[in-house]
Amino acid sequence: MHPAFSVIFLTTLIGAAQGLFLALFTGQLYASIRLIEPQTDVFYAVGSALALGLLIAGLGASFFHLGRPERAWRAATRWRTSWLSREVIVLPMMMAVVFFYGLFHWLEWTDPFVVLGDDMLAIDATFVIGAVGTLVAFALYVCTAMIYASVKFLEEWHSPYTVGNFIFLGAGSGFMLAAAYSAYIGNHLVGFYGTWAVILTLLGLATRGATLVRNVGLRHKSNLQTAIGVRHRTIEQKSQGFTGSSFNTREFFHHKSPEFLRLVRLAFLVLVFPVPILLIALAYVTQSATLPIIAFVAQYLGLLAERWYFFAEARHPQNLYYQSVA
Amino acid sequence: MTQLALVIDLNVCVGCHACVTSCKQWNTSGWAGPMVDENPYDADPTGTFFNRVQTFEVGNYPQTETVHFPKSCLHCEDPPCVPVCPTGASYKREDNGVVLVDYDKCIGCKYCSWACPYGVRELDEQQKVMKKCTLCIDRITDQTLPESERKPACVLACPTSARLYGDVHDPDSEVSVAIRERGGYPLMPEWGTRPANHYLPRRKTRMHITEDELQRADNPLTKEDITVYTGEETLDDVTW
Amino acid sequence: MKDPVVHTDREIGQTEVKETTCYMCACRCGIRVHLRDGQVRYIEGNPNHPLNHGVICAKGSSGIMKQVSPARLTKPLRRKAKARRGESQFEEISWDEAMTLLADRLKKLRAEDPKKFALFTGRDQMQALTGMFAKQFGTPNYAAHGGFCSVNMAAGMIYSIGGSFWEFGGPDLEHAKLFVMIGTAEDHHSNPLKIQISKFKRRGGRFVSINPVRSGYSAIADEWVPIKPGTDGALLLALIHEIIKVGLFDREFLIQYTNSAELVIDDPQRDDHGMFYRDASAEVTEGCTDPQNKLWWDRHKGQVLTHTEGADPRLMGNYTLTDGTPVKPSFQLLKERVERYTPEWAEGITGIPAETIRRLAYEMGVTARDQKIELPITWTDCWDKEHDTVTGNPVAFHAMRGLAAHSNGFQTIRSLSILMTILGTIDRPGGFRHRAPFPRPIPPCPKPPHGPEAVQPDTPLDGLPLGWPAKPEDLFVDDDGAPVRIDKAFSWEYPLSVHGLMHNVITNAWRGDPYPIDTLFLFMANMAWNSSMNTSEARRMLTDTDENGDYKIPFLVVVDTFSSETVAFADLVLPDTTYLERHDVLSMLDRPISEFDGPVDAVRMPVLPPKGECRPFQDVIIELGARLGLPAFTKEDGSAKYRNYADFIVNYETSPGSGIGFLAGWRGEFGEKYLKGEPNPRQWEHYKANGCVFHHELPRSYQFMRNWNKGYLHWARSHALTRWAEPITLHVYSEVLNRFRAAAQGRRPGRQPPEHLRKRVETFFDPLPFYYEPLETQRIDKNRYPLNALTQRPMAMYHSWDSQNAWLRQIHSHNYLFVNPKVAVAQGISDGDWIWVESHLGRVKCMCRFSEAVEPGTVWTWNAIGKAAGAWALSPNADESKKGFLLNHLIGEELPPGDDGLHLSNSDPVTGQAAWFDVRVRISKADEQEPRMTEPQFAPMKPLPGQEGRPRGKWQAYVAGMFGRK
Ligand SMILES: Nc1nc2c(c(=O)[nH]1)N[C@H]1C(S)=C(S)[C@@H](COP(=O)(O)OP(=O)(O)OC[C@H]3O[C@@H](n4cnc5c(=O)[nH]c(N)nc54)[C@H](O)[C@@H]3O)O[C@H]1N2
Ligand SMILES: Nc1nc2c(c(=O)[nH]1)N[C@H]1C(S)=C(S)[C@@H](COP(=O)(O)OP(=O)(O)OC[C@H]3O[C@@H](n4cnc5c(=O)[nH]c(N)nc54)[C@H](O)[C@@H]3O)O[C@H]1N2
Ligand code: SF4
Ligand code: SF4
Ligand code: SF4
Ligand code: SF4
Ligand code: SF4
Ligand SMILES: [Mo]
Repeated sequence: MHPAFSVIFLTTLIGAAQGLFLALFTGQLYASIRLIEPQTDVFYAVGSALALGLLIAGLGASFFHLGRPERAWRAATRWRTSWLSREVIVLPMMMAVVFFYGLFHWLEWTDPFVVLGDDMLAIDATFVIGAVGTLVAFALYVCTAMIYASVKFLEEWHSPYTVGNFIFLGAGSGFMLAAAYSAYIGNHLVGFYGTWAVILTLLGLATRGATLVRNVGLRHKSNLQTAIGVRHRTIEQKSQGFTGSSFNTREFFHHKSPEFLRLVRLAFLVLVFPVPILLIALAYVTQSATLPIIAFVAQYLGLLAERWYFFAEARHPQNLYYQSVA
Repeated sequence: MTQLALVIDLNVCVGCHACVTSCKQWNTSGWAGPMVDENPYDADPTGTFFNRVQTFEVGNYPQTETVHFPKSCLHCEDPPCVPVCPTGASYKREDNGVVLVDYDKCIGCKYCSWACPYGVRELDEQQKVMKKCTLCIDRITDQTLPESERKPACVLACPTSARLYGDVHDPDSEVSVAIRERGGYPLMPEWGTRPANHYLPRRKTRMHITEDELQRADNPLTKEDITVYTGEETLDDVTW
Repeated sequence: MKDPVVHTDREIGQTEVKETTCYMCACRCGIRVHLRDGQVRYIEGNPNHPLNHGVICAKGSSGIMKQVSPARLTKPLRRKAKARRGESQFEEISWDEAMTLLADRLKKLRAEDPKKFALFTGRDQMQALTGMFAKQFGTPNYAAHGGFCSVNMAAGMIYSIGGSFWEFGGPDLEHAKLFVMIGTAEDHHSNPLKIQISKFKRRGGRFVSINPVRSGYSAIADEWVPIKPGTDGALLLALIHEIIKVGLFDREFLIQYTNSAELVIDDPQRDDHGMFYRDASAEVTEGCTDPQNKLWWDRHKGQVLTHTEGADPRLMGNYTLTDGTPVKPSFQLLKERVERYTPEWAEGITGIPAETIRRLAYEMGVTARDQKIELPITWTDCWDKEHDTVTGNPVAFHAMRGLAAHSNGFQTIRSLSILMTILGTIDRPGGFRHRAPFPRPIPPCPKPPHGPEAVQPDTPLDGLPLGWPAKPEDLFVDDDGAPVRIDKAFSWEYPLSVHGLMHNVITNAWRGDPYPIDTLFLFMANMAWNSSMNTSEARRMLTDTDENGDYKIPFLVVVDTFSSETVAFADLVLPDTTYLERHDVLSMLDRPISEFDGPVDAVRMPVLPPKGECRPFQDVIIELGARLGLPAFTKEDGSAKYRNYADFIVNYETSPGSGIGFLAGWRGEFGEKYLKGEPNPRQWEHYKANGCVFHHELPRSYQFMRNWNKGYLHWARSHALTRWAEPITLHVYSEVLNRFRAAAQGRRPGRQPPEHLRKRVETFFDPLPFYYEPLETQRIDKNRYPLNALTQRPMAMYHSWDSQNAWLRQIHSHNYLFVNPKVAVAQGISDGDWIWVESHLGRVKCMCRFSEAVEPGTVWTWNAIGKAAGAWALSPNADESKKGFLLNHLIGEELPPGDDGLHLSNSDPVTGQAAWFDVRVRISKADEQEPRMTEPQFAPMKPLPGQEGRPRGKWQAYVAGMFGRK
């Protein structure tokens, strides 16, 4: 597939935003059961603002993908069948949740309704919103991932790993961002978020690695024989029917060399996984405030490469029909 | 239920591209138009076409077969392009099974094109909506046209009549008979899209000649087997 | 969007439908043009048209883009005084200025030396008018594309069977069982052939294609027989060998309808050796081309007059006539000739296994013999024998330029004609069928003028500029045997060049050999590009000057519809209309669109107004004729005889009262006559009411065996199609050729070839077919240039016309050289690489595409896709000039120099047919450092005044009724 930057930014930005939100809420949860030090409402509010900002940026990027963005609202109509439609519905929900989560914190509407256990768990509005938001965030991961994973013709994508990748890599980068955020403002949660980020990144490595392994050995269902219905070992296209380009030659192929692809893969394998993990570890040891930020930035850049590769790696069967000009 | 479709006879298609440009001319000024061209007089001319004719080579020299292969939307019975469309712009008509795009609803997200394994949808790069073969819906349903002309433009144009058109659900239609009797097959059956369009394979006529057929009693040579005596010696001269 | 079911197209705008004839190619299908608010909405095939029955091709369907093309010329243009030719710097002038300028110049030439005016036309469909103009002007220097197109096909077959493939006849696939197609890619009968091939295949017929390349029609053949280019003669002779050897020929047919059993004098001592023995006492029709006064050898009675009642003549053997003359039936001579042409011999030349050749021979012979068709049609032959049925031997052939465009094409096509003849397939069901006005006598009656005295100041030419020589006296040469025509047609170099040699005009005029000319007038010919050989040189010659700085070809007039490469070189440009903007006539006097079942002609009628100041060239030529005072175009008082072309068509008669005019339909005062009859002022209306076509279906009994069909021949004579009603005996043995050979051998009184050409004429004017290696190949080091380079017509492009067509150019914006992978890999070339292709003339750079569908000794590309930068209103960066290439740069218009020191055309030595396909090349990988761009490159052609601005913008969205309107 042709990697479209709109979609690369959309998925990486909102993935990180959802992750950041999950991190914030995880922090709140841990804090409310006193596993970690409680944070100020401002911490959550600013964090939410950051997440919201990323969501908005992602949404903005997505508009570049649409030919007719002014009609984007129409995309909400087919939620029964279309994962894209579902994403279109869930994404604003996510934004709303993050917005209210931040707003309630900002306004300090945090008086608990109930307190569970022995003063162990105080349930306030932000907690409810956070819990709902967690569901929404996962739903959004699933929707986004399923847009790709549900296209059975794109066999590189059509696997549960894709969902895993979106969740783990998105959440990982979000936690990484939370660690960076913590480091930036200098609270004590760098280690907490960092640890989670490393765990999620490692999970991501597991699914993404599995995806790569799977895709190397992938035997595509379609081939020239089934594409044109001629049973013969040797078939070659001579002419695709036109000598210039077309939508079909532009949208479904990256037009890059295999070397370039390998380079991108190497880049993301380095930037997404070992680099941020090492940096976080180093930050833990050195108590550095900047290293977690660098770790996040490195990982995010790596994710851009990962997403680019994700598209480029997927070989659409339609390309069987567009191979040669004569 | 009716399912209109094309059946393409690879046995007679000579790859002339008549179906390509007749489609373009009918549709660019029709219901589904315009079909925009980009760089029409410059480098890399490109534009929207609903139908393409491709060429494949099968086998190695000298046992090579050259296959001309026209391809437009196959109007799948289970079209994967439809459910993925977030706006409902892509739809399959209940009355005749034709898969269409409503340009007024389309947001140009291209998702339907990802969900079509056959590469037959094309985004109009100027209008930014998805376009594709309509089976000439504005011809085949136009009751003001004479019956004989209520056919897709490409079908009427095709000089070898390699393009048959009709209802594949009607077992007695020309297309159903052709599919049944001449081994009509769908493209990429592995996806379960159940394309309505079918293709008819190449067929070979061979000739077998036996020895007897070469040597017949009425061979004209027998009328010419005369010799002329030119004075040379024969057994007749030397034996007694 | 409105629901398409409710929506109808008619709601969008005012539509009307007009009928006319397509001219996106030479096929001439009937079309219906739908207009919406004055713009073309849709062009469909006319279902009632006899040619295309409603279908239409890719080009025909793209006619809309021709109308909106930015390449349209819209103003008469004159080269700016200071500008150099070829720089395309022009100023607009008015039509009146243009006509005055032209008329003044031509008037002077006509008064001084009419042959200084040369009129050459390309893929023209109005040669009847352009040829007549030339004759009226008095210049011998006229020809159309035929000489560089397929004259070998016309001459080779017409001199053998009185008809030919091309537009004059074709395979009867409705009845055929076996169809053998040789060297054909697309052809003139474009749609009809496709319709027929598909029906034939669906009926289960067997289709064999013989071609170095498998594409297009060959793709759907049941068997592809790859052959080395230029070697078909060997294959065909081997097939004849095998068919004779096994006895699969149609003896009855050969005896009755061909000269096979006629006795040829066989005595090398005698001057009339090789001529038919003629019975001086036999009664003959005075003046008839091929009188019935020859002899047969009856198995019982010995020598008898041909067609003696009850005779059973011998086809073989040798005999001595009562007067002591040794004779042989001509079939015996053929048999002896093909003796050595065994399949094994042919295998070595053609690359086709001997086994395959044998099998093909058997398939042909057995199908012809055992699958005979009897149609219940009664007819009477020329000898008054009644037949209850028409018999067909259902083996049909079709061949075109793959045979024709080689310098051995004439003899190859003679071989094909003979193969078809011995199988008994001429004008019979399932075989070859004529199209009116064919069959014609062998050779047809019109002759070129015979000497320089035919050209006189202010006088029409004495004779037609083109004709059919039957003997050396018919040649157009002076007393020394030197050519009179600028292209040397009908000279001893190319005696039977019945369509001229357009491909040598520029070189000859430039060199002043045989003489310099003043004005070269090109209509519809892209001679600075795809229709010239050695194109780079031709372009140089057009701009070359003498010591005084004057152009060697002083004045160049170009009439075109588009800004072609040639327009850039013109001194005067006249903008023509498109086919939708004018009247045209596809006349019986030229090449009509006749069907097997009878004569058909057609017209075009304007469906749109001319663009800008474009004027139909026909109107222009008629006005020019009047301005020059040419007799046919002026009244007694010197005023113009015709208002315009439409008026001319209706009223013109070939001679006063002849009743023959350009259109055959609805003649006579009330339109009650056809073919011959008084002018009918309402003729156009009749055509209009009939879909622009006139079709006369012959009675069934006149539709077959027309060479010998008494009823048909008399009908044809009474309807002015032919002069004679004599049988048209097939020339298995060509006495006509032998006359030229005899002259060369000094056995014949009368005209003799110049000494240096004696050997040439003697060799190539063999009355029996023979195989020789193409002339260029004979002079080329085949180790150095191991490959044959060919072009093929793409189905979706017509010559150079369509690069300005926004839709068609998307199908072919540039071209590749197709190479068999084995050959390429051996050269270190990969698929898609830039490569150099080099011939003895020079080299071009292009991209390589691997193909398993090409014989390894052959490389090929699509014809005329590459363009000169900036021409056709394309951007100078367009693919056509950056990635597309033209093979013509490598193809010589003259043979590589030989020991003879002569400038010989790279043509067939009999007919002057351009040998496009003889070119030998080698390929090599281009250096990685070299720019990825085709070579040679030419300075971009500039936009012309009156042409719509360039660039035209990034987008074009055509919607009829709205395009370009606010
Ligand atoms: N679409 C389209 N149609 C056209 C035209 C066009 O430009 N475009 N041009 C028209 C004109 S002017 C003409 S003259 C006709 C020509 O019609 P064709 O004669 O069909 O034209 P070519 O494309 O020259 O095809 C020549 C064929 O001969 C093969 N060939 C070459 N050398 C040999 C050989 O030695 N032996 C054999 N057996 N085959 C050989 C080539 O591979 C090719 O397939 O087409 C007419 N129709
Ligand atoms: N290498 C190679 N070269 C070939 C051949 C080949 O097979 N291989 N084939 C040869 C053959 S068979 C032929 S017939 C020639 C054809 O060669 P030509 O007849 O010289 O060339 P065309 O490209 O047909 O176009 C001639 C011109 O006609 C113009 N034209 C088109 N329509 C009209 C009109 O309505 N009015 C006027 N006035 N002009 C018009 C076009 O713009 C173009 O400039 O090419 C020959 N050249
Ligand atoms: S019009 Fe017919 S013959 Fe021509 S390419 Fe299309 S399907 Fe094939
Ligand atoms: S061919 Fe493609 S676009 Fe057409 S219905 Fe099937 S999936 Fe949809
Ligand atoms: S591009 Fe248009 S038709 Fe296709 S999925 Fe998107 S909205 Fe639907
Ligand atoms: S059916 Fe109509 S829209 Fe579809 S390819 Fe044919 S002409 Fe084009
Ligand atoms: S074959 Fe030629 S005349 Fe017929 S429709 Fe095509 S372009 Fe027109
Ligand atoms: Mo031609």
